[in-house]
Amino acid sequence: MSDFHTFEFTTPLTDEDIRKVHIGDVIYLTGDVVTGRDDVHHRVVKDNREVPVDLAGKAIFHAGPIMQKIGDDKFKVVSVGPTTSMRMESAEAEFLAKTGVKLIIGKGGMGPKTTQGCIDNCAVHTIFPGGCAVVAAEEVLDVEGVEWADLGMPEAMWKLKVKGFGPLIVSIDSYGGNLIEDNKKLFNQRKEEQLEALSGKLDFLH
Amino acid sequence: MAYDNAKCEELSELLTSFICHAAGHLPDDVKARLTEMSKIEDEGFAPAIYDVMKKNMELADSLGRPSCQDTGIPQFFVRVGCDWPYLAEIEPALVEAVKKATVKAPLRHNAVEVFDEYNTGNNIGHRVPWIDWEIVGDSDALEVYFYMAGGGCSLPGMAKVLMPLEGYDGIARLVFDQMTSYGVNACPPCLVGIGIAGSAEVAAKLSKKALLRPVGSHNPNPKAAKMESDIEEGLNKIGLGPGGFGGKLSVMGVNIEQAARHPATLAMGLSTACWAHRRAKIVINPDMTYDFATHKGVTL
Ligand code: SF4
Repeated sequence: MSDFHTFEFTTPLTDEDIRKVHIGDVIYLTGDVVTGRDDVHHRVVKDNREVPVDLAGKAIFHAGPIMQKIGDDKFKVVSVGPTTSMRMESAEAEFLAKTGVKLIIGKGGMGPKTTQGCIDNCAVHTIFPGGCAVVAAEEVLDVEGVEWADLGMPEAMWKLKVKGFGPLIVSIDSYGGNLIEDNKKLFNQRKEEQLEALSGKLDFLH
Repeated sequence: MAYDNAKCEELSELLTSFICHAAGHLPDDVKARLTEMSKIEDEGFAPAIYDVMKKNMELADSLGRPSCQDTGIPQFFVRVGCDWPYLAEIEPALVEAVKKATVKAPLRHNAVEVFDEYNTGNNIGHRVPWIDWEIVGDSDALEVYFYMAGGGCSLPGMAKVLMPLEGYDGIARLVFDQMTSYGVNACPPCLVGIGIAGSAEVAAKLSKKALLRPVGSHNPNPKAAKMESDIEEGLNKIGLGPGGFGGKLSVMGVNIEQAARHPATLAMGLSTACWAHRRAKIVINPDMTYDFATHKGVTL
């Protein structure tokens, strides 16, 4: 990762922080991260409900964790990795505008609407390595609480305090760069070449 | 034979431990393949991603936790010998084991009732855990394959009935299209399971059964084995890399399973398993001794 820069940021994140990073850079985050995926986006954007957590300058984490109750209203994170961000594509730009979230954490890329949302709201989308949920859980210092618990364990908003949370690889920056879309173009081009190379090899019909 | 409560209890205890272990530990063949791949992937983001994956496997083991938060919809593929004496006890034991493992592992609550749209909170739901049955002649053993069907790795799944003249090339194209779109989000490197048959549901089911075969194994039909290798090589040259960040490889492997087709149809099914391919196989004898085939040397 030698061509890229590594940043250590603390919430609340500022426009100045976000302007420093470009696709391919790596962030380690300390501070407030709140989980939110399909149902949270649906409530905030489609149902227009008031967000029960002040998310300005914080990070939203596309994740549905495994939590364990360890006392009255006290929880521990057992395992918390990113979920597929693309599912939130239709709602994310509006979500950014409504909440003031500065950093999105998920896996896989997001599309053009979110890319525009990141430009308009000076925000970034980042990727935590998928399936590495115990590493992520160990970077959570504390679970401050939960909102919208009625949505069930994976869909609720879990308020996490994190330290050195990462690696968060920047996949969409505030300048319109989109790492995974760039990769996909390359993959699709190579796909055509490989299908061409395969043609004739699989002709088992007589 | 009378229903044996004590045996059901004993079986469910064993299966609970089996599920909990599978949630935190990848099978031997998957671990070995990931190690091999990590040695080849020496450029760009790939080494760093493989490092985090390795650290995650170690932490899941040392802390005794599920390695991925998405412990999936529990699926069982059961092969039961004709002479296995506790047939009626199997299903209740599997259901009970899922309930217990949900608390013990703990597993994420993943069963959402369709139409009523609520999470049942214990991974039990209408037809969940999903149980697939096969009867095996001349055996008194119970073989249980367990698979955690996560969301991200289930998303590339598809089935389609092609016309024969679209050919096996047509199947390859559909697989390549899915892998360069949805596959990028399915926590690659994935294991690719392909089913080929006469109708969509058979092809789809075989594609999942293909994922239960070890990584690196080959279909006994030489043409099918060649198709496995050809597609694997082609996909690898696309270079999805770990996490879709690019690299020298794309997949852990390609497994194909087939059933004879209708003269007028060539149906294909696709299932993918993410790098955290939590598949486990146990063979249980009537006296409850067992062989934990996918995780050698592990005592439950
Ligand atoms: S695709 Fe697999 S590793 Fe990735 S989040 Fe889903 S279950 Fe976990």
